[in-house]
Amino acid sequence: MTNTWQDIKNANVVIVMGGNAAEAHPCGFKWVIEAKIENGAKLVVVDPRFTRTASVADYYAPIRPGTDIAFLNGVIHYLLEKDAIQHEYVRSYTNASLIVKDGFDFQDGLFTGYNEETRTYDKSTWDYELDKDGFAKSDDSWQDPRCVINLLKHHVSRYTPEMVSRICGTPQDKFEHVCALIASTSAPDKAMTSLFALGWTQHSVGAQNIRNMAMIQLLLGNIGVAGGGMNALRGHSNIQGLTDVGLLSNQMPGYMNLPTDKETDFDIYMSTRQFKPLRPGQISYYQNTRKLFVSLMKALYGDAATQESNWAFDWLPKLDIPLYDIIKAFEMMNAGQMTGYICQGFNPLQAFPDRGKIRRGLSKLKFLVTMDPLDTETSRFWQDFGPQNPANSADIQTEVFQLPTTCFAEENGSLVNSARWLQWHWKAADGPGIAMSDIWIMSGIFHRIRELYRKEGGAFPDPILNLTWKYTDPISPDPEELAKEMNGRALADLTDPATNTVVTKAGTLLDGFAQLRDDGTTSSGCWIFSGSFTEKGNQMARRDATDPREQGIAPNWAWAWPANRRILYNRASADPAGKPWNPAKPVISWNGTKWVGIDVPDYTPTLAPSAGASPFIMNDEGLGRLFARKLMAEGPFPEHYEPMESPVENVLHPKVKNNPAARVFADDRAAFGSPDKFPYVATTYRLTEHFHFWTKHALINAILQPEEFVEVGEALAKEKGIEQGGWVKVSSKRGEVICKAYVTKRIKPLTVDGKPTHVIGVPLHWGFTGQARKGYGANTLTPSVGDANTQTPEFKAFLVNIEKTSAPVTA
Amino acid sequence: MSMTRREFIKFTGLGLAASSIGALGFGASGEAQAAAVRPFKLTHATETRNTCTYCSVACGILIYSMGDRAKNARSNIIHIEGDPDHPVNRGTLCPKGAALLDVVHAPTRLKTPRYRPPGGTEFKEVSWDFALDRIARLMKDDRDKNFIARNANGDTVNRWTSVGMLAASASSSETSYLTWKAVRSMGMVVFDNQARV
Repeated sequence: MTNTWQDIKNANVVIVMGGNAAEAHPCGFKWVIEAKIENGAKLVVVDPRFTRTASVADYYAPIRPGTDIAFLNGVIHYLLEKDAIQHEYVRSYTNASLIVKDGFDFQDGLFTGYNEETRTYDKSTWDYELDKDGFAKSDDSWQDPRCVINLLKHHVSRYTPEMVSRICGTPQDKFEHVCALIASTSAPDKAMTSLFALGWTQHSVGAQNIRNMAMIQLLLGNIGVAGGGMNALRGHSNIQGLTDVGLLSNQMPGYMNLPTDKETDFDIYMSTRQFKPLRPGQISYYQNTRKLFVSLMKALYGDAATQESNWAFDWLPKLDIPLYDIIKAFEMMNAGQMTGYICQGFNPLQAFPDRGKIRRGLSKLKFLVTMDPLDTETSRFWQDFGPQNPANSADIQTEVFQLPTTCFAEENGSLVNSARWLQWHWKAADGPGIAMSDIWIMSGIFHRIRELYRKEGGAFPDPILNLTWKYTDPISPDPEELAKEMNGRALADLTDPATNTVVTKAGTLLDGFAQLRDDGTTSSGCWIFSGSFTEKGNQMARRDATDPREQGIAPNWAWAWPANRRILYNRASADPAGKPWNPAKPVISWNGTKWVGIDVPDYTPTLAPSAGASPFIMNDEGLGRLFARKLMAEGPFPEHYEPMESPVENVLHPKVKNNPAARVFADDRAAFGSPDKFPYVATTYRLTEHFHFWTKHALINAILQPEEFVEVGEALAKEKGIEQGGWVKVSSKRGEVICKAYVTKRIKPLTVDGKPTHVIGVPLHWGFTGQARKGYGANTLTPSVGDANTQTPEFKAFLVNIEKTSAPVTA
Repeated sequence: MSMTRREFIKFTGLGLAASSIGALGFGASGEAQAAAVRPFKLTHATETRNTCTYCSVACGILIYSMGDRAKNARSNIIHIEGDPDHPVNRGTLCPKGAALLDVVHAPTRLKTPRYRPPGGTEFKEVSWDFALDRIARLMKDDRDKNFIARNANGDTVNRWTSVGMLAASASSSETSYLTWKAVRSMGMVVFDNQARV
């Protein structure tokens, strides 16, 4: 989230599209109701189903799963046609005026530079024209046909209301009504907030769905302001934290990337990361990357990370492909290229697409380790549970270790919530039996391996032997010590170069990342957390709920990254002269000598507006990007591509139906179904009574929603003779689920390109362990293909068939 | 008057018991009975601040446990409710959070390491030493065999692709940092978490 949960109450329009906050985030959703009651906000919901969020909306519009980009590009078309944009914001704070290179084009569904064989783009034209000083050329009058706003206008010109309705199945009048509500927030003192979740990410075009709305928010001037923003409602309690700390195949802590094979030394690695400003006078914060990187390497390798050793750069693993994500991991497992897999609090047999492929992959491992408080399906994949998990144990040669861990109530530590708050929590009791913490288990494995390397030698032991591990109790490090290591400290006396006086003594915990240096005199294990645990104590443990002007900031409750800033890009809440766009709800403003307000400025605190630095300080041009340059796999503008399994052709460009840059493995492509055999669109989701595959272990939740079912609209049920509560067989090309049908008014057929299209809803919570009844799991049906940038699986739009069936013999 | 939350609950709990019985007209004998009324259970509990383990709203919760954290006392969690001071949830919890106690005490909570040998049909309980020694052995043997120090060009790449890991999105950031350090020091790249789902 760019903003906070409570800040939602400041919105004038709340749009929920790609999520269902009322059911998946109920206690956060109360702030939407607060916005409606106290601020007169309008709630708009766009969703294939009439969800509980829709049931309290001021306006609901249905949409076919997987067509959000057609809808959102249609919104941009509407805003530009009606000139309903926040002009001064767009001109001053976005790249609308910058001029794009000659040669960049879009023809018949493809941007310039496509290579059909590799399914990738040569992106050399996806950038700005530069002048002789290396700055991007600009035309503030917007007359140049090559400036971003004109290219965007041309790109979205195809997305007329008629076309949107033809692709999405949304009735044209409903689409236009939603557009009008969105457009109302182009007034400088009005804000719309976008709340979204996996309904947008779990598509082969997921990242572009989100970019598309971010562009709308820039055009409306809704980023950085109270009640605005792009608010990703994250699904797990610390999924934000794990992303921040870089537990992803290509990531390091604080959103730095692991080097690739091409980055053969430290200087080459740094050469593409210390972005020089692309416009005069810009801050371009990543000029400081070297300080962040060197401080991380000092945290990891201590005295072994030196100038001479290039800060141990060679000890980091290098990547030969963009991602070793989970879809890739199971592809490798099935190909016999993996020996072992460790699942720490993760249940891939339930969570990853094409369950049959997951089961076959796990069966080919030599060993599997699970670490979990609960008895997961993954840890028992080798055991026969009937049709829900058919297995012949004797044939499966995988050694399995099921390790019991403590849970949230049995440990100290911090979690990062959606709003980037690091909240410390405290242990209330010991775990059951001899269950141990993940910290103890990981330390135990690490120490044993390090000891084996000390005794036996072996493959490149240096990084293992030199890893810093200076904890008071090395067997079970105290979470506070780990938190301090992430925060960072001075390793030598730090002097102010201007006065040559010591400003920070050696050993001191740092106050923030501004103190980091690139000469090895500071360490920080996760620079964006710097400031969370200082000499003043554990800032994450703060519990002061005071909220200036009751505006939803609560600056002294826990601690938010970066620098305890609660609203990202908040410089953009004020106009170029530093006056708030919305005087009733200011965030920060310029008082003549510095930036002041209720939040920590996302800007140099004493930099005057007259200096001309733009608000988006992490971007090298300082501007919000309507044109994404080379940063996305499938194009600098979002384009509608059909889901990998879709019931219709792509009416915009029949030859390029799906995302041309999506990575698809041959066996996965062979397992895609076609609409002649699988005519119905299916989408997966959560119920409010369950959390993934955990709560079926909790008695109350298992009673509330005891068994697997699918939701079927009345029209389709009638056509197929399906009764309320009757048994059905739902099948995709990858597998079948036999469960009960819930016949509902909440899903109605949509007219897509003149044809009726039915949608089937597949809640995802059941498996074969826990206290609820056994289920097959939604992932039995889903296709193994991901978003072209992130490889998030396409769970939200795929094809199935449904038939009435009789009750299983042992139901 | 300054009171901790616990003292406040104790105070109001006892007050309520006394006054409501008094109001029913039991008179003097009521006082004796009131003294015998079992006090509100949470007044004896230890209160611990925590956050809900499910979604990322991160609702504040209060965990109540029996046992006073004395060295030989084993705490037992008896109640969990929303933290009324929390600026986001303000004491409320959803159908999942309200049932947290049932997941803490689920019958399928794991208590002991278990092991299943190749081709085995059942799990058997094993010691931590057995499990961790064996896991370390398997990992090291594979790393020694399959570690890629240099690629085909002869460039240093120091990666290990044949053993992978999925990390836990409900674990603390401190756990995740320690996990990151340990597995990256080995060169592991097949490494991910639930951010993709």
